[in-house]
Amino acid sequence: MSLHAANEQKDGFSTLLDHHLHKDMLRFTTAGSVDDGKSTLIGRLLHDSKSVYEDQLASVSKSRVNRSSGPIDFSLLTDGLRAEREQGITIDVAYRYFETPRRKFIIADTPGHEQYTRNMATGASTADLAVILIDATRGVLAQTRRHAYISSLLGIRNIVAAINKMDLLGYREDVFRRLYDDFLALAGQLNLENVVGIPISALEGGNLVNATDRMLWYQGPTLLEHLETVPVRSEVMQEAMRFPVQYVVRPDADFRGFAGRVASGTIRPGDAVMALPSQQKSRVRSIVTYDETAAEAFSPMSVTLTLEDEIDLSRGDMLVTPENPPTVASRLEAMVVWFDAEPLVPGRTYLIKHSVRTSRAKATAIDYRVNMNTLEQEPAYELKMNDIAAVQFEVAKPLFFDPYERNRTTGSFILIDPLSNATLGAAIIRAALPEAAGLDTDWNTPVAAEEKYRRHGHAPALVLVEGRPLVAQYLERALFAQGFEVALVSGEEVSAGRLGELLALSQSAGLVLIYSTNAISSAEKQALSGGAALRTIDLASMDLPADDEAAVSPAIAALQSLRIVAGPADAGEVN
Amino acid sequence: MAYAIQGAIQQAAAAGLQNAGEFAAPKRLNHLKTLEAESIYILREAVAEFARPVMLYSIGKDSSVMLRLAQKAFFPAKFPFPLLHVDTSYKFPEMIAFRDSYTREIGADLIVHKNQEALDQGANPFALGTQKCCGLLKTKSLLDALTEGGFDAAFGGARRDEEKSRAKERIYSFRDSLGQWDPKNQRPELWNIFNSRLNKGESIRVFPLSNWTELDIWLYIHMENIPIVPLYFAREREVVLRGASIVPIYSQSDLLPGEKSQRISCRMRSLGCMPCTGAIRSEADTLPKIIRELLGFKRSERENRVIDHDEEGSMELKKREGYF
Ligand SMILES: Nc1nc2c(ncn2[C@@H]2O[C@H](COP(=O)(O)OP(=O)(O)OP(=O)(O)O)[C@@H](O)[C@H]2O)c(=O)[nH]1
Ligand SMILES: [Mg+2]
Repeated sequence: MSLHAANEQKDGFSTLLDHHLHKDMLRFTTAGSVDDGKSTLIGRLLHDSKSVYEDQLASVSKSRVNRSSGPIDFSLLTDGLRAEREQGITIDVAYRYFETPRRKFIIADTPGHEQYTRNMATGASTADLAVILIDATRGVLAQTRRHAYISSLLGIRNIVAAINKMDLLGYREDVFRRLYDDFLALAGQLNLENVVGIPISALEGGNLVNATDRMLWYQGPTLLEHLETVPVRSEVMQEAMRFPVQYVVRPDADFRGFAGRVASGTIRPGDAVMALPSQQKSRVRSIVTYDETAAEAFSPMSVTLTLEDEIDLSRGDMLVTPENPPTVASRLEAMVVWFDAEPLVPGRTYLIKHSVRTSRAKATAIDYRVNMNTLEQEPAYELKMNDIAAVQFEVAKPLFFDPYERNRTTGSFILIDPLSNATLGAAIIRAALPEAAGLDTDWNTPVAAEEKYRRHGHAPALVLVEGRPLVAQYLERALFAQGFEVALVSGEEVSAGRLGELLALSQSAGLVLIYSTNAISSAEKQALSGGAALRTIDLASMDLPADDEAAVSPAIAALQSLRIVAGPADAGEVN
Repeated sequence: MAYAIQGAIQQAAAAGLQNAGEFAAPKRLNHLKTLEAESIYILREAVAEFARPVMLYSIGKDSSVMLRLAQKAFFPAKFPFPLLHVDTSYKFPEMIAFRDSYTREIGADLIVHKNQEALDQGANPFALGTQKCCGLLKTKSLLDALTEGGFDAAFGGARRDEEKSRAKERIYSFRDSLGQWDPKNQRPELWNIFNSRLNKGESIRVFPLSNWTELDIWLYIHMENIPIVPLYFAREREVVLRGASIVPIYSQSDLLPGEKSQRISCRMRSLGCMPCTGAIRSEADTLPKIIRELLGFKRSERENRVIDHDEEGSMELKKREGYF
């Protein structure tokens, strides 16, 4: 090979390399109700853009399963689990990677089935754009609204409303117009930005990669054209520096480096930094990486920092710019998407993982739950699986955070069950709440009983149980499990003379006191009537059928009215 | 509000405006550096949170990349976990030679584990079929090694673009106390927040390369000058054509009755066990040539791996049982 030819080849390759390194990347997710055609759309998009290997296509066309009316069931390209092919639905997210000459794409094809909303949220959490499908024959459904709501919560800035299965309705323009208008109304309610509507047939491939002559009335871009050209904005809206410390690198006594990923902003040697929670200040000495000692680090780089001073700093702490620090608070309000079959109940303590820090947090109140049919806020005592709600939390150690819309990393956390370790929910931080107690505690004002009630999430009460100690025990267990502050006192333990005192104490502490005795004497009756303002429930009046666990449920139901449901107005007094 | 610094919060609103000017020229990491940063974050997160992590080292191209990322993540310290190679004894000699010299060179702590009992009983893919052979020599061997070492987390170099069941897997893939994967019940995994909490006996497979594609791996190997097993580069090799596969031959005793070897210019696109991994015809003897060749491929990299095709969904089945 001549020298010239060698150079030419080298240059050709460096152009190729350059092209791949600097190509834009768009991460998008599918969303929408079950069977709206999400997986078919992705399969067809990959196929029509020539992004499927021959052997993969061959294995799909050989498959025993085909739910589509065409020769190839394109949904099988992403529905890769056996159970998915057997049940004909998507269960978990499939991630697919493809590129065109203009862009690289990471697709998350998510399930529409309500039971797997947690997996949809997983796929959507890292997306820049959501393709929300609407089956033209079924229109906007509750699950469409839920997915649109989650997309909006997660801050997805670009939405495609893909009106699918146009083939089933004669590719009619009026069908598209009507459904797109319905979706735009929804988008308006949710403050979704940058919504583009495209009429498609995932099955036939109409308007995915190629335009179709069946819908000449549609002049807009095909889905792929839109995906290739829609402006991608950086997800980090904030320039204030945030550096969560993941790991302390300490190869020998001379080197102490703080490894982490820049969550936002830029770091340069010499910059002043403040450590949280210690609030100690120092300056960046150097930015160390395997490749070089860097002149700067910015999001989303993973680097190791050394500092000028020996300050108190370890994993879970955060380095921030002292001019523009995050909010530090132990009470906050967050929007929660709840994933677990066990409900979220105010009063319960969960583990939360916020950035790289795990701590304990108590859910103190549910401000409201969003009704997925009306999108209205409604009161709720607990969150069931797939509920979306505004919840107040009290964190054991103060959290340093930014609102999610300014910083996804410092503005989000997950909830973990301290016993089963399951991931229970995802939370998007909205704002701090006034501190119940903190460094600016008002030392001169006694703690009012109401403050305690608020923290517990319920008012105090007295429950009388006569001659049924087992029921009393079940009741305590059930209330405790539901997050109530509860105490069980047996008549044998307390003399009637001290009963009044006990009652006053438990009332001011905000407890649900279960008083269990053989038969209530007149002296006891008198002492107990002292708490006149106290909600009292006499189990005898309830006619409980038997001494078993189920018997306590009417009592539990009656006690739900003790819960304090904070209204939206309450959340408004934030900051 | 609590904390003295809350005063600064009010200023932050004003600062937001000042910062708007700075926003004008957002800096961007190139594609490979972005992937690298994410992988390093994952590696550090796992090392910080698990009691005893280990890296599954298969000697292939993906392992080579993962190893380099581990060196980067903990620099200037050495990466604080051992490497585990599950040796089926059917690996290509070049792989073992590379493993031994490279891990020595970088000073890694290498554990080699074999299911000696099964090997003593003569386990091989011809007699057992590939499913059963993999089950004994890879899955069982891996699970035994993880239990013996008391490892609660294992890094694997699997990528989601490799295969349809891998495409479904989390970055932190939870395994029960028997090492099994339950694809219908994976933990939700939002943003980059990983739940590493385990009860006794449970473990997590951590996949730092989840979002890398085959092309990304090759481009990175090229950019970073990462050493890889020479089998990836084309040259004339003694091979036998067996069905649709091109199988390298190391001695005439590797031939089955009636077979004849020949010399063909070929290379490996993906590395596995000798009996189950075929070569491809290729002239690509440099990284740029390999990358150009890759861009023209019409078939997937795992096509030359017999194990994936035994039956529909066979990779998923193996993974459920604990295969990595
Ligand atoms: N006629 C017609 N049928 C379609 C179209 N798109 C999808 N389908 C069919 O609708 C059914 C559901 O398609 P999928 O792609 O599995 O739907 P999905 O939204 O991925 O479903 P989940 O992931 O389970 O929520 C299949 O039978 C498809 O063949 C379309 O454009 N026209
Ligand atoms: Mg689907």
